[in-house]
Amino acid sequence: MGLALLAVIWLITFVSTYFFIWHPWWLPAGASAAAAGIDHQFTFTYIVMGIVFVLAQCSLGLFVWMYRERKSSPPADYSHGNTTMEVVWTILTAVLFVGMNLMGSKIWAAERFEPASASALPVEVTGMQFAWYFRYAGADGKFGLTSPKLMDPSSGSEAAIGLDTNDPAAKDDVVTGTMMLPVNRQVDLTLRAVDVIHSFFVPNMRFKQDAVPGLAIHMHFTPTQVGDYEIACAELCGLGHYKMHGILKVVNQEDFDKWLAAREAEKQ
Amino acid sequence: MATSEVVHAHAAPQGFIRKYIFSLDHKIIGIQYFFLALTAVWVGMILSLFMRIHLIWPDANLPLVGHIQPEAYLSLLTMHGTIMVFFVLTTAPQGGFGNYFLPIQIGAPDMAFPVLNMLSFWTTFVAFVVMLASFFVAGGAPLHGWTGYPPLSAVQSTGPGEGLGADLWITSIAIFCAASLMGALNFITTTLDLRAKGMTLMRMPLTVWSWFITAILGLLAFGVLLSAGILLLMDRNLGTSFFLPTIVVNGQLLGHKGGSPLLWQHLFWFFGHPEVYIAILPGMGVASQVLSTFARKPIFGYRAMVYAMLAIGFLGFMVWGHHMFMSGMSPYSAFAFSLLTMAIGVPSAIKTFNWLGTIYKSRVRFFTPMLFAIGFVSLFVSGGLSGPFLAQPTLDIPLHDTYFVVGHFHLIMGVAAIFGIFAATYYWFPKMFGRMMSEPMGKLHFWITFIGTYAIFMPMHYLGMAGHPRRYSQLTEVAYLHPLIPVQRFMTYAAFITIGAQLIFVFNLFWSMYKGAKASDNPWDATTLEWSTATPPPHDNFGGHTPVVHNGPYEYGVPAAARDFVMQTDPAIGASH
Repeated sequence: MGLALLAVIWLITFVSTYFFIWHPWWLPAGASAAAAGIDHQFTFTYIVMGIVFVLAQCSLGLFVWMYRERKSSPPADYSHGNTTMEVVWTILTAVLFVGMNLMGSKIWAAERFEPASASALPVEVTGMQFAWYFRYAGADGKFGLTSPKLMDPSSGSEAAIGLDTNDPAAKDDVVTGTMMLPVNRQVDLTLRAVDVIHSFFVPNMRFKQDAVPGLAIHMHFTPTQVGDYEIACAELCGLGHYKMHGILKVVNQEDFDKWLAAREAEKQ
Repeated sequence: MATSEVVHAHAAPQGFIRKYIFSLDHKIIGIQYFFLALTAVWVGMILSLFMRIHLIWPDANLPLVGHIQPEAYLSLLTMHGTIMVFFVLTTAPQGGFGNYFLPIQIGAPDMAFPVLNMLSFWTTFVAFVVMLASFFVAGGAPLHGWTGYPPLSAVQSTGPGEGLGADLWITSIAIFCAASLMGALNFITTTLDLRAKGMTLMRMPLTVWSWFITAILGLLAFGVLLSAGILLLMDRNLGTSFFLPTIVVNGQLLGHKGGSPLLWQHLFWFFGHPEVYIAILPGMGVASQVLSTFARKPIFGYRAMVYAMLAIGFLGFMVWGHHMFMSGMSPYSAFAFSLLTMAIGVPSAIKTFNWLGTIYKSRVRFFTPMLFAIGFVSLFVSGGLSGPFLAQPTLDIPLHDTYFVVGHFHLIMGVAAIFGIFAATYYWFPKMFGRMMSEPMGKLHFWITFIGTYAIFMPMHYLGMAGHPRRYSQLTEVAYLHPLIPVQRFMTYAAFITIGAQLIFVFNLFWSMYKGAKASDNPWDATTLEWSTATPPPHDNFGGHTPVVHNGPYEYGVPAAARDFVMQTDPAIGASH
């Protein structure tokens, strides 16, 4: 029985570790400025926890096999513990965990404590059951007013977010269902939700943030590679949660300008 | 004898109803809780099986539920989570085994308040009935998940199931909270006031410590959830706006304004995080008790184990914000919550170290309870080590609300806690029912369950890393999920086998009640007080006398002792020399 436990615990450990090392399933390719730092912290945590995992599971398997009761086995060690080892172990774990935490905090601070830079592109993201809308401020760089009273998702995307078309600042606002961003330029996001909580999750951008009714949450990230990326909703928002997805297209600044100009032209 | 009668004021009842239904005897109440949890775990498990089938065969026509729609899938997951957390993981280890064995292990004739104890069970029972009722009302069970975040949970028009079903769901939880508060008071008072002579705090078995600390957590946490539930009911039915700002649902402007959806999350997780420890602490106690018994060696670092549990309980109240790193809460507070969460890793690591230390240089006997206790340690390590990932807000950016989280909490608070319950069942069944459970069936059950749970929950971490969000009823809409479907399929197959193996457990349980070998008073050669009384224990637990305690709880392998263990009631070790 001891040998069987040893074999099974070690097998589970090695099979799990094999998939973690070979990683056929892994973080999707990073395509934002933050990806390298986050992935580094992830990999570091992964290696440290992986070592602890293998050591702990292997000792467990080894001990239950080595110290199984046999006629020939020596009497059990009559010991109530070892204070020195207890203290050493506690300090080691504390240093490891707190140290790992402080390392990661630097990245968190860089992503979330700093406001967006002045040259960032402002984009407003609005979540509702079960779609994402994206608003660009247009030439004046200002978002027009919106009002819950004007919201009417059945009358197109501007009405869906309740855009007040009488407000001069709203005249050149562009509202779309696909997110378009220029590469290598920071985006200054304002996240909103009109009905329930949604979560704006773009795995390739290493970006996730809840959109909460009643709050306008400011966040930023910088796409660094041209391409199409999927947006998923990561907060349970109702029966259509699974299909509340969208596309983020990252293009050259030139293509972005052309695209935005075309949208403006359509409005006129 | 006189003192015992004073404390145990109620005489043994004679009628069936007073003896087995509205019983005041903590042992019967413990068994009632156990069977309530056993019923609930089957309901919860079948719901999860439906979910797993739906994920890989979305068009299947299933018995009872037919063809599962997206909203029905969300009802299944909501009810699965709620039933498992409240009516299994909170009910079985604390209400069941805690009720039965806490008084016996401290040498008391019953709980401090027997009537309150009965009331606590029957209130829990009512909560369970109300919970199940939500399946059968118009719109069905709610779809807002076990965390019930408003506005989804606060407004009828956000989806099917958010009508009467959601009201029943909240009401059930509120009733459950009231029941748990009664239970918590009873456990705390009993532990503090009814310990036998010589049963000092530092001679209490670690199981008693774990139930005691769990009760304190329950007392502080359930009150908060109860009030949050009442506020939510008011938002739903009385037009208040505690959790609701101005919102527009389906183009319809609602009359609420000024409330905060984040307030619910703070209140919920102020309960919800301690709840994780309410589920797992009793498992830690049982694992310690069982490991020491079958390793024939004193528990390694008894005091460190007690302090570690106290530290876990204390810190457990200061980390609720780690569920909210992506919620819109201040990023500065994330820093503090993260640091405190990492700090909980320290006492958790101490416990693991001490369990390994207990097995080191011991003489392990492989009875079924021991196998499950070893499985508990393995699962606790596996589930625990994904914690430091999720405790870092930086890593929550890719991992929050993905299957990585689902894998993490299922391993640690789900399956590890369930392994604690299994270890407890196989360990104490002889004392409770007077017969031994079948060892061959128990071992078969262990092997399939141990390998099966790893096969179900370990792959969830891979899915989460790949960015697979939780609570998706269909995997067809988001393209990057398509390559992950084979992993989901593997997990469903593993779930079939693992759930099938639980039939072995149930068969063993009932078969052994009638056909098992007769159990002696102390079949495991164990040391704590429940093994010093008759099997099953008499109505007042110790047959008219109160035990006197002379020794610590885990005196195994004592040199120069007549047997390889010294019971707590034996003359003090060293006194005879």
